[in-house]
Amino acid sequence: MKLQKASSFALYAVLELAGNPASQLSGTEIAEKYGISAHHLAKVLRDLGRAGIVEAARGVGGGYRLAVNAKRLTLLDVIQIFEPIGPQSAAEEDSEHATEAGRALRMVLDELDDHALATFRSITISTMLKLMARRPWAGSSRFAEAPRKAASRR
Amino acid sequence: MGLIALDEEVTGLAKRTYWKETFARYGARRRLPRFFLVAEHRGRVEGFIIGEVRAWEFGEPPCGWIFALQVRPKTRLKGIGTHLFKTLCDAFRHAGVEKVRTMMARDNHLVLSFFRSQGMMAGPFIELEAALD
Repeated sequence: MKLQKASSFALYAVLELAGNPASQLSGTEIAEKYGISAHHLAKVLRDLGRAGIVEAARGVGGGYRLAVNAKRLTLLDVIQIFEPIGPQSAAEEDSEHATEAGRALRMVLDELDDHALATFRSITISTMLKLMARRPWAGSSRFAEAPRKAASRR
Repeated sequence: MGLIALDEEVTGLAKRTYWKETFARYGARRRLPRFFLVAEHRGRVEGFIIGEVRAWEFGEPPCGWIFALQVRPKTRLKGIGTHLFKTLCDAFRHAGVEKVRTMMARDNHLVLSFFRSQGMMAGPFIELEAALD
């Protein structure tokens, strides 16, 4: 499964801020660490700010900090700001989905969507930080270190 | 009795017969590898956890299964659930197993979040069901 870039960027930013609660981090700092577009991240941070998840820090240096409790904030809370997660509503269905095959396929896809929804809803940012600290992927070829791409300079 | 009342308070369902049978199976006699652990404070049941080691079901080597976990709503967020979970996991380790599993309703967000916060991730099984018409 892949998330849209905006969702991933938002999660990286939120995790950085939650993992450094005593600091105020700028979008540039976060973008550099993850090798992502600072311009795109700036838009994402504005959206997170409008949603009340992050707030711009006042004073010298500026930057952002997390505005909510990391133990309460879930992956779903962040992702659904940028993309829909969960079973597709009837209003979004095309005419093809009114066929027997379309409905059967929709049932199968809804199973996956329900599972994704439950998974994202059940994992808080605090739990993600614990997962990051445990590093269960260490030694796994699936998660082997890859060279970081240079950030886009648009 | 305190435990039956706690369960009724949390679930809204009175299950006296179920709990008496469950206690007979898991708690009345110390029969490893079944565990029925209760957290008490000043004589009042504040939470409990129940589990057992099951072997070779669904083709899997022995592992610990957690069947039930409850903490009194007003006593939550004080580490009781975590303490119960870790104590049961210690008991499973002592019984010689290397994995702990559990299962819950997909819409039970509270319990799902709790077990996730204890480091549990999705396992290799898929639960399937069908209506018996």
